[in-house]
Amino acid sequence: MSIDKIIVFIAGVVGIGLTYWFFLANKEKEIEVSDSVDIIVDGGYSPEAISIAKGKTTKLNFIRKDPQACLEEVVLGDFRIRKQLPLNQKITVELTPQRSGEFVYTCGMNMYHGKIIVK
Amino acid sequence: MQTKKTFSIKGMHCASCVMVLEQSLKKVEGVSEATVNLATEKATVTYDSQKVTDATLSSAVSNVGYQALITEEIRTEDDEQKEKQQELRALRLKVIVSLTLGGLILWGAFPGLMKTAPMFLQNFWVQLLLAVPVQFWAGFGFYRATISALKHRTANMDTLVVIGTTVAFAYSAFVTIFPQLVTNIGIEPAPYFDTAAIIIGLILLGRYFEARAKAGTSEAIKKLIGLQAKTARVVRDNKEMDIPISEVIIGDGIRVRPGEKIPVDGIIIDGESSIDESMVTGESMPVDKVAGDTVVGATMNKTGTFTFKATKVGGETMLAQIIKLVQEAQGSKAPIQRLADLVSSYFVPVVIMLAFATFAVWYIFGPAPSLLYALLNTVAVLIIACPCAMGLATPTAIMVGIGKGAEHGILIKDAESLETAHKINTIIFDKTGTLTKGQPEVTDIISFDGRAQDEVLSLAASIEKGSEHSLAEAIVKAAEAKHLSLSAVEKFKAIPGRGVEGTIDGKRIVFGNKRLMNKEGVDVSSEGDRIGEMESSGKTVMMIALRQAHGEAFKLVGLIAVADIVKESAKEGLCALQKLGIEVVMITGDNQRTASAIGQKLGISRVLAEVLPDQKEAEVRKIQAEGKVVAMVGDGINDAPALAAADVGIAMGTGTDVAIEAADITLISKDLRSVAAAVVLSKKTMRTIRLNLFWAFGYNVILIPVAMGALYPFFHLLLNPIFASVAMATSSVSVVTNSLLLKRKKIS
Repeated sequence: MSIDKIIVFIAGVVGIGLTYWFFLANKEKEIEVSDSVDIIVDGGYSPEAISIAKGKTTKLNFIRKDPQACLEEVVLGDFRIRKQLPLNQKITVELTPQRSGEFVYTCGMNMYHGKIIVK
Repeated sequence: MQTKKTFSIKGMHCASCVMVLEQSLKKVEGVSEATVNLATEKATVTYDSQKVTDATLSSAVSNVGYQALITEEIRTEDDEQKEKQQELRALRLKVIVSLTLGGLILWGAFPGLMKTAPMFLQNFWVQLLLAVPVQFWAGFGFYRATISALKHRTANMDTLVVIGTTVAFAYSAFVTIFPQLVTNIGIEPAPYFDTAAIIIGLILLGRYFEARAKAGTSEAIKKLIGLQAKTARVVRDNKEMDIPISEVIIGDGIRVRPGEKIPVDGIIIDGESSIDESMVTGESMPVDKVAGDTVVGATMNKTGTFTFKATKVGGETMLAQIIKLVQEAQGSKAPIQRLADLVSSYFVPVVIMLAFATFAVWYIFGPAPSLLYALLNTVAVLIIACPCAMGLATPTAIMVGIGKGAEHGILIKDAESLETAHKINTIIFDKTGTLTKGQPEVTDIISFDGRAQDEVLSLAASIEKGSEHSLAEAIVKAAEAKHLSLSAVEKFKAIPGRGVEGTIDGKRIVFGNKRLMNKEGVDVSSEGDRIGEMESSGKTVMMIALRQAHGEAFKLVGLIAVADIVKESAKEGLCALQKLGIEVVMITGDNQRTASAIGQKLGISRVLAEVLPDQKEAEVRKIQAEGKVVAMVGDGINDAPALAAADVGIAMGTGTDVAIEAADITLISKDLRSVAAAVVLSKKTMRTIRLNLFWAFGYNVILIPVAMGALYPFFHLLLNPIFASVAMATSSVSVVTNSLLLKRKKIS
């Protein structure tokens, strides 16, 4: 095998490894929320993972700064909430979770994900 | 100077908040009027601007624990609509520019076609110049989204588009600037600006159509909101005035004239009319209403003029509740979506990894020029992958399905109920109030002894007037309907479990069942057959006997049969379910004979009679234990546990709030055909979802390997990146369009 092919082979393997590490091995630590939290919607949800208390009402204030259409809706399917997020406006979602567990919420197209951990 | 201001209030959650806020605002010196609306979460305050400032209003609100957004700009539906339109216009411009420029580049670069193109278009530098605005102006949104996603270490469809088109653009720019370098490694210097530009143009075109189609999926809510009347004609201090419906308060008298919409829910206090309730119940026939009847906001008054008292306003009205329920249901998640959820969270990174693999494999093992093959196939892999179609497959169909249900008076609590409903194979109906009207009516009057039927009815009604028994009400109502005059009764006595007795004009009368007649020594044997016949057809027969004078024997003077009438729609409704292959079961507390009679009339073979209210739930579980997927249809408080226990609980909207709360599906209309319609809706929605998922998954599963070159060893077939972008652009649109087709499907 010529040297260029060896380089491409190694680059390919490294590329796959880096992609895995960058996107899939990414475990963001959750932020503990007591009463309310501002979630910035810009290329994803920030903070991405939050933990809230079971049985207690917590306010999630979504502020969308990203104009792409995919993010204009947020869907908290487990809580039966689908909300439009107008650009640069604070939209509050109130949750009073009755059971504990991990609940993923997404954008309207299921491309961006955030996580609510109920403890 | 008096000023009126409307502002939003945050933190309101119940009707008592309205009272607290209004009191607090009214206490402010200088405020003459304050109304707070829970539905819109807004306060309207009239005040003296010399004495009151925004800050005083704000602190009056915050003192009681809420937040006033006085300076906030109030966004209306129109504003949002305008914004959406602007976005669509901007997107259309980008589509036109990128496809035009991309088309020109393609003309000057595509083998065969380029011979017909003007010379300047064949110039690589001109092509670069045309490609730059497409790549960095029209495609700017893709870059922006990618950068912000990368900050979160996530990737999306835009990431794939950016990598794919940037690779094509960068290679082409390199070839244009350093053609000699490319020639030196044995590759003919040919740029692929057309690929990058057309891909961007087509994907933007797909997004444009998708955005337009997606707006249609939430149309049901807009339609429901649009049903609401804008103003109400209230009667206050004997004066009629038109006010916005947000200012109507409970207890207001509201006048409605022919052809007007009823603004809020209430009870008619004066007048009568025929009302079209089809927009809320789905029932096409107008309903006649008189004083004492309830009216529902957003329905249409047809003929008469009447006044009604508002009993529910703002967020409490039936329409507001329906809107809330539909909104919540549309936001819920169907279990079938779980797989798509799981796949989509890994999808984009996996596609990027596959792109690396494709490049390496083609470069190492591919035919010459291997770099070009590697490059084009990598771009094709990145461009063909379409995670959006997977993300849209289930929610769009659920939104359309739930919206369509609401239009037909079928309110579905969540996506899971909609999904489960298609698996139902047994439906248990509660009898009283669900299959029957729940209000007994007189069906037969038989007179003896040469008396008229009306005389028998009049005697029975006179004596029953003092009784509280449910059958007594039916007899009195029947006499009233015939305008019969009732006589005064003396020495009235109710005999529990048997009937009643009393004296009219000195004559002693007994009215009740066979046991009462036996006790009084009345001979009813001559009518035994007739009584038996009526009883076996589900009627309750009562006998009336009269004694002319003390010491004489009682003589039978008439029979009155009372029955709970079966709803007109019952037979057809059950027939429709049986046609769907669903077993129908009737459950009732009635005796076996009456229950069987009604069951036979309706063609129900499985009848569970003499079931006490607290046993209904156990009966549901017993049938579930047979391996059946069970739906329970009921309307009363006693049905609530059974509704909750069933796989799908269906409440008739005319029933109690408790039943509706416990149910998964609520039918607003009394029409039993809607039960079958709900099942059909579920089946059609699920079929749409499955088809969507099949396309979305099948598309990615089949076309990604094709783009990688899986067919090349056998057929020398490769996927041109431009065709990949066509497929990608159409995939999301086709999924949304398929969901929208649900709107046209018939469910009843």
